Amino acid sequence: MTQLFLEQALNGLQFGLMLFLLAAGLTLVFGIMDMINLAHGSLYMVGAYLAATVAAVSGSFIVGVLAAVIGTAIIGALLEVTVLRRLYVRDHLSQVLATFALIMIANESVRLIWGDQAVMLNPPDALSGPLEIAGFSYPAFRLLIIGVGVAVALLLYLVVTRTKVGMWVRAGASNREMAEAMGINVKQLFTLVFAAGAGLCALAGAMLGPLLAVQVGMGESILILAFVVIVIGGIGSIRGALVGSLLVGIVDTMGRALLPWVLREFLPGPVAANLGPALAAISIYLLMAAILFWRPAGLFPARG
Amino acid sequence: MRLTALAASLLLASSVHAADTVKVGFLSTLSGPGAGLGVDIRDGFQLAMKQLNGKLGNLPAEVLIADDQQKPDVAKQEAEKFLKKDKVDFMTGIVFSNIMLAVGPQAFDAKTYYISANAGPSQYAGEQCNPFFFNVAWQNDNLHEAMGKYVQDKGFNNVVVVTPNYPGGKDAVSGFKRYYKGKSEEIYTKLGQLDYAAELAQIRAIKPDALFFFLPGGMGINFVKQFVAAGLSRDIQLFAPGFSADEDVIKAVGAPMLGMFNSSHWAHDFNNPENKRFVADFEKEYGRLPSLYASQGYDAAMLINAAVRDVKGNLSDKAALQKALEAKKFKSVRGDFKFNSNHYPVQNYVLRVIGNDAQGRVTNKTMGTIFTNHADAYVSQCKMK
Amino acid sequence: MALPESARPPQQSGALYRQTAMRRYLALAVLSALAALPLVLEALDQSFYISFVARVLIFALAATSLNFIVGFGGMVAFGHAAFFGAGAYTVAILMEAGVVSAFISWPLAVGVAALLSLGIGLASLRTRGVYFIMITLAFAQMIFYLFVSLKHWGGDDGLSLLSRSAFGGLDLKDDAVFYWLVLACLAAALFLLDRLAHARFGRVLQAIRENESRMEGLGYPVMRYKLLCFVIGAALAGLAGALLANHSQLASPNLLHWTQSGTLLVMVIVGGVGSLYGGVVGAVVLLLLEELLSGFTNHWHLVLGLILLVVVFRAPKGIAAYTHALFRRGQERE
Repeated sequence: MTQLFLEQALNGLQFGLMLFLLAAGLTLVFGIMDMINLAHGSLYMVGAYLAATVAAVSGSFIVGVLAAVIGTAIIGALLEVTVLRRLYVRDHLSQVLATFALIMIANESVRLIWGDQAVMLNPPDALSGPLEIAGFSYPAFRLLIIGVGVAVALLLYLVVTRTKVGMWVRAGASNREMAEAMGINVKQLFTLVFAAGAGLCALAGAMLGPLLAVQVGMGESILILAFVVIVIGGIGSIRGALVGSLLVGIVDTMGRALLPWVLREFLPGPVAANLGPALAAISIYLLMAAILFWRPAGLFPARG
Repeated sequence: MRLTALAASLLLASSVHAADTVKVGFLSTLSGPGAGLGVDIRDGFQLAMKQLNGKLGNLPAEVLIADDQQKPDVAKQEAEKFLKKDKVDFMTGIVFSNIMLAVGPQAFDAKTYYISANAGPSQYAGEQCNPFFFNVAWQNDNLHEAMGKYVQDKGFNNVVVVTPNYPGGKDAVSGFKRYYKGKSEEIYTKLGQLDYAAELAQIRAIKPDALFFFLPGGMGINFVKQFVAAGLSRDIQLFAPGFSADEDVIKAVGAPMLGMFNSSHWAHDFNNPENKRFVADFEKEYGRLPSLYASQGYDAAMLINAAVRDVKGNLSDKAALQKALEAKKFKSVRGDFKFNSNHYPVQNYVLRVIGNDAQGRVTNKTMGTIFTNHADAYVSQCKMK
Repeated sequence: MALPESARPPQQSGALYRQTAMRRYLALAVLSALAALPLVLEALDQSFYISFVARVLIFALAATSLNFIVGFGGMVAFGHAAFFGAGAYTVAILMEAGVVSAFISWPLAVGVAALLSLGIGLASLRTRGVYFIMITLAFAQMIFYLFVSLKHWGGDDGLSLLSRSAFGGLDLKDDAVFYWLVLACLAAALFLLDRLAHARFGRVLQAIRENESRMEGLGYPVMRYKLLCFVIGAALAGLAGALLANHSQLASPNLLHWTQSGTLLVMVIVGGVGSLYGGVVGAVVLLLLEELLSGFTNHWHLVLGLILLVVVFRAPKGIAAYTHALFRRGQERE
């Protein structure tokens, strides 16, 4: 029983870090440019498709991931320069409409290029099975996701707090005019940040592709979860995104794993059998509603 | 407003007189994430139209195509257009049961024959059965029943069943358990769930000898990938209904699916002349192996063709048309089948296993028959008028 | 970070609720044309389109109700599907229980939606901006998952209505009669919202949207005003849901899905946030485009996406405001 509990905790951690890969880019763009980018999920989808295609052609998963990150970052930069840049000064609703239009365009373009059916993206053979440590077995690829998630979190922390670019980002975010007056090219900086966000999306898409279906529409189902995460954490806060991801991952996993068992102890059979899965399905929404009820600006409000 | 959605226009280049043409309203999910299945049914149907030189029962045919966007209210709107404006003679194409149940009453009220190429809801097999509804595929429970029978016969006695928490999932469980009588534990997941780590850990703790899952669409792909990555495929035999293990899923998962058992009424390696021609022509036309959905779309067209031919194009005699449809004078790619009194098929169900074919492709191989002349469980509740 | 809300160009949306005599005549002319439409269509033997236009008008009502919350109340809600669906399910569930009369089930549909929105509003209005967007989404998602899993009410299959509601002497089975009733509901809702906007309630609400803390300082019960606005919008969505359930004779979880909330929001933005007719214009444009484009190609999403992008950049305040501005420019030139 303790081993099962431990494994579920690890699952929660892994699911959380998986969401963090996506939420990090979203909260960065949101926090710094004050831009609601619904097309974030589309970049994630494009990243996964690129990774699948390049991995299939080159025969190497790593090459696929690298190509996806670079390719999607370029696409993101192009998107920023041509379309999104003009949206920063607009209100949130215009951003919602424009990026919603981008979702439709991206989904149909992917359908035109890759067809209607899901495409294949499998982990490298060495990581395709479970890893066994002292009788405890865990999928190797999920361990890799944990590793990548932790590395990205550390890297982001270091970049934002310790480097010149990070300083610019913080300056540009907190006071745009002042930063410009001090000689920072905010325009270029934003393009750079957006490209980096897109690259993170692609990394998420390529890393999750071997676990999830690479198909049209994959971006939207996970986008909602990513929004839940950054709202719980507080928009614009990388730390918030990390904490939010882990909370969502653990609550969702534990809800699914434990709720049906717990309810079975206390309630008559049929009631528990119906209530358990229903409650587990909405556990993260309950979590978000509760957190926002008591902390209306999330756990780590970045502004004000 | 539908500016001539003439998908079949290429095929019927000759002049069209309203009086002596057959109009088919093909309504299916053709956009959005669920489009893959609808596109396969459409391609199967269009292939048949091509082989028939654009004619159904020797009459020039017009196939009007509409997209239901997987939304019941949109589907009803499009169906109404087919029935009231275009005055189609037949309707077909719907993938999902909830859409079928929304559209069905409209078609029945308009006395238009609906030939289902996929959706087989229990309602229309039982109490709500209708003379204007024919299903050329299966009743939704059939493939689950076949899997349950096989798992039972093979002596498995500790089975976990995984399915989403919605009525379709619960129907799958009851279909499976209609023939599987051993010990079983059900795990219900969220509809549209992405990550299955928690469920897989529970499964590992239960230590079943077999696992049956019904997870439509992308959920099934996610589950199989994660099941294999967790190493569970070494100790637990995986079973699924054919629609969770057909070409669309194989294309997305590939080699990890090797060795998975599934049930179907059709497979592309069926050794009959009709099927050989269908599979060869489909591959030539579309560059991929047909799925069971494509075979169903193809059979729907062939059934309409045979019925129109047998009534000699007289589509206004509804009773004669119904007799002709019931008589089903065509050779299906699945081999022989006949319609039950509720207009659902009585047919064989086979066991398939995913393996490598002669060209090294990962695909389904037929292993043997599970059910012969199998009907559905609801036919006794049907009082066909 | 970045631009604070106050640094944004001020939204003049409320101004568009102001009616000039010209616009009123225009509205009356459009209304009469719409009222005559079934007769014209029947004369042309195109009666199918009566039902199509009725559906468009129902969505116009739903979008209008959302626009009242988003545009006039300044609360961007992303869970409107919950109220839309609640109205539809109320009618369907009552019908299954044998309550056929519209005089019972429709007011109840409005009431259920209003009650639901009262609860959700109370819990959500502490938050604002994106947090409000997400918390309203959360509640709508909970309701969606609840209805999908309830086998008793059809689950994923939804709940069919055996017939349309009984409405006194009117035969709603007749598509033209049903159409006129829908049109009357939409016209009444627009009239009501127009009056509300010009009453004290509307002026206070507008002032709250412009500067909430000032109004709070002046002693106005800001929360209560916002909550009332939210409930009125939701109640009208409940009516739209009741109409849609009657139109398609079906209540399905699809109506509760978050993409439905998204579609309604897109209609509002396309039409014009905060303009009285914004919801109507958006619903008409979006559904007509959908109908037209899907006839040409299966890849119509691509075309629709491009058109929406053009709308964002060419008509920043929505099509209703855009035509309004064009109209004014034309007048100035004269």
